[in-house]
Amino acid sequence: MSFHMKNALVRRGLSGAAASLFAVMSSVAHAEWGLNMTQGVSILSKEIYGLHMTIFWWCVAIGIVVFGAMIYSLVKFRKSQGAKADTTLVHSTKVEIIWTVIPIAILVAMAIPTAKGLIKIEDMGGVALNIKVTGYQWKWEYEYLNQGVRFFSTLKRDSNAARQLGSGIDPKTVPNYLLDVDNPLVVPAGTKIRFLLTAQDVIHAWWVPAFGMKKDAIPGYVNEIWVQVDADKVGTYRGQCAELCGQDHGFMPIVVEVKSPAEYDTWLRAKQAEQKLAGDPSPTAAATTVAAAAPAVTQQ
Amino acid sequence: MAHEHTADHAAHDDHDHGPAHGWRRWVYATNHKDIGTMYLVFACIMFFVGGFMAMIIRAELFQPGLQLVEPQFFNSMTTMHALVMIFGAVMPAWTGLANWMIPMQVGAPDMALPRLNNFSFWILPFAFTLLLSTLFVPGGSPAGGWTLYPPLSLQGGDGFPMAIFAIHLMGASSILGSINVVVTIMNMRAPGVGLLNMPLFCWSWLITAYLLIATMPVLAGAVTMLLTDHFFGTSFFSASGGGDPVMFQHIFWFFGHPEVYILILPAFGIISEIIPTFSRKPLFGYDAMVYATAAIAFLSFIVWAHHMFTVGMPLAGQLFFTLSTMLISIPTGVKVFNWTATMWKGSISFEPPMLFALAFLFLFTIGGFSGLMLAIVPADFQYHDTYFVVAHFHYVLVPGAVFAIMAGTYYWLPKWSGKMYDMKLATWHFWLSAIFVNVLFFPQHFLGLAGMPRRIPDYSVQFADWNMVSSIGAFGFGLSQLLFPYIIWKCIKSGAKADARSWEGAHGLEWELSSPPPYHSWDPPPSREIVARGVQH
Repeated sequence: MSFHMKNALVRRGLSGAAASLFAVMSSVAHAEWGLNMTQGVSILSKEIYGLHMTIFWWCVAIGIVVFGAMIYSLVKFRKSQGAKADTTLVHSTKVEIIWTVIPIAILVAMAIPTAKGLIKIEDMGGVALNIKVTGYQWKWEYEYLNQGVRFFSTLKRDSNAARQLGSGIDPKTVPNYLLDVDNPLVVPAGTKIRFLLTAQDVIHAWWVPAFGMKKDAIPGYVNEIWVQVDADKVGTYRGQCAELCGQDHGFMPIVVEVKSPAEYDTWLRAKQAEQKLAGDPSPTAAATTVAAAAPAVTQQ
Repeated sequence: MAHEHTADHAAHDDHDHGPAHGWRRWVYATNHKDIGTMYLVFACIMFFVGGFMAMIIRAELFQPGLQLVEPQFFNSMTTMHALVMIFGAVMPAWTGLANWMIPMQVGAPDMALPRLNNFSFWILPFAFTLLLSTLFVPGGSPAGGWTLYPPLSLQGGDGFPMAIFAIHLMGASSILGSINVVVTIMNMRAPGVGLLNMPLFCWSWLITAYLLIATMPVLAGAVTMLLTDHFFGTSFFSASGGGDPVMFQHIFWFFGHPEVYILILPAFGIISEIIPTFSRKPLFGYDAMVYATAAIAFLSFIVWAHHMFTVGMPLAGQLFFTLSTMLISIPTGVKVFNWTATMWKGSISFEPPMLFALAFLFLFTIGGFSGLMLAIVPADFQYHDTYFVVAHFHYVLVPGAVFAIMAGTYYWLPKWSGKMYDMKLATWHFWLSAIFVNVLFFPQHFLGLAGMPRRIPDYSVQFADWNMVSSIGAFGFGLSQLLFPYIIWKCIKSGAKADARSWEGAHGLEWELSSPPPYHSWDPPPSREIVARGVQH
């Protein structure tokens, strides 16, 4: 059975080896063969990345110990190599206590940064900009509250053509295939933005991996998340709907253009003018309430 | 007064003394072995039906772009694949193994309620005919995920009420089967078979049966509310009527979380039988294993909202559920450590049941690690509804539950049939399965972390490479499974004769019976001497 044994060792080592590749690849995450989450560009995305890696390393450490003991047993105590079973080794209260208490201690060590992160995520203080996001089957609507800007954001035409069944168009020829829209969301960097999420028909979810936050958009309810992109991380970030919402769930992407605050102001003024000219009756254009005094909106 | 258990051997036509002939034997079956066989055959068929749906899914996901199916049908496939595998393959397989083994292991002649047993089984073919025929009605099968979240699930066509009814039927089957298990174990153990020395498979099923009785009615309630919302003007789940879509999620997952433990606890029981046998050493920490299983079952009731971390829960709720979910890793870890300690200083051999059990031990633990990562709420905001979750639950269900089912089959098949199967072929089945299952599911962790959502038929080009690898793994894994029914068929047809104690290190009352066992297992009950040999020490 030694042939089997060698294979068993190799195979059992395989997953452990692959897992340890995570660390190596984390900062060199190639688009195609990427192994790990990226740090993202927001305060929370980096916090979450840190927590993810902490838990991951704990799991690797535990795995080395546990799989190590298993592999050692499988090698050392084989009948084919003459091992004789010690049938008196059937219980030990001491050992049971040790391997209950140590894992509990490890969990406590994990729970502390978890709780800290959660409290930070729920802290809506200091929000400077509120954007209402409404999920539809199958597109997003963005409304800059109190700013007089509101528009739909739909899958871009070239992606939509290519994704039809039997279209004959190679997805690799479409730039940002399935992750491009006609009207991207535009936000300022270095600013704490609150997104108010709701939906018109079924449950959707708004998620941009680079921002680290995801929350459901539920019809009849309003959820909230906050995002603050680092001031130096100007650029375009893409995400997708993250809750099954019907046939085109995979075809309602999210594109966010993060601009410097000055460029964002320019864009906003142009957009306001454009919407006023078009006679778009934004319901919150005339409101005078300030974002900081916003009422509690999360469902209980 | 042992009676031969073969179809050809009915010495009398008297139905008290042996199996009936022909179709009546199966339609009117009250014998736990026959009913167990029917459950297992049904589960095997459903495994291939669900597997075929998975092949369609992975074939479409082989490359970016839509090549094979429309998005709506793809959603049908993901929904039905899950419903078929969970309710049609894994749960009936566990019930089949329970039926076959529990009476033999506790020293009983049969299950406590044989006619109820028959009914519990025969509900299933009807339920699944109903469910699968939704694929052919206007609107198609349910396509809103097996989790049936409203309002989406309420947009379904004619298939929706059919599926709800099928789910009610399956639930009834499970509840009735569970009642049988509880009554059998509590009332029909032979003298000397105490609760704390019966096999762990019996313990795991006793606890699973209580979980089923507690939670299947909750599912029934949830889907009935969906039905009335759609047809009778209620608005349980519609905000405009004063209801709440999230309430469905709470009710569903209050069932759904214990359900996933229902899917795995019997596996724990089987692994707890196989590892001692092939380590030639008793299970380490029997009592701890019983308490850990009970702890897992209890905890399973207070973690449900970890499936819903992104719905918009208050901070206190998120904190509670993240901590309670992390806690489950403690008793689960205790079990993994005890299995390892069983092998420690044992005398280990690597027959097919042991190979599957070892793969379970290693790969289920990996599924446990990704589960621990998912438990951490802030991190879950990045994992939720991505392929990271898909990878996690497939690791605990495929190299977890399914491998344990195969391990149990390879372990007990000589007992059931009286014949030994082709171990070389079974070893091939093992290696092909074990390698391909990792090629199939491990890359899905990477996809989830890279940002690929679940339940999408087409994806952005950056996800292409790992999807292709995963699909290749799927085709390899799927094809390899064809070996399984072949090996079983070949065994029954032409296997070499098997001993009563088919494995050298096997202990337990089932091994004190002949292979195959008599038609009525322990009739009369085993003597004290036999019981002393057969129970856990």
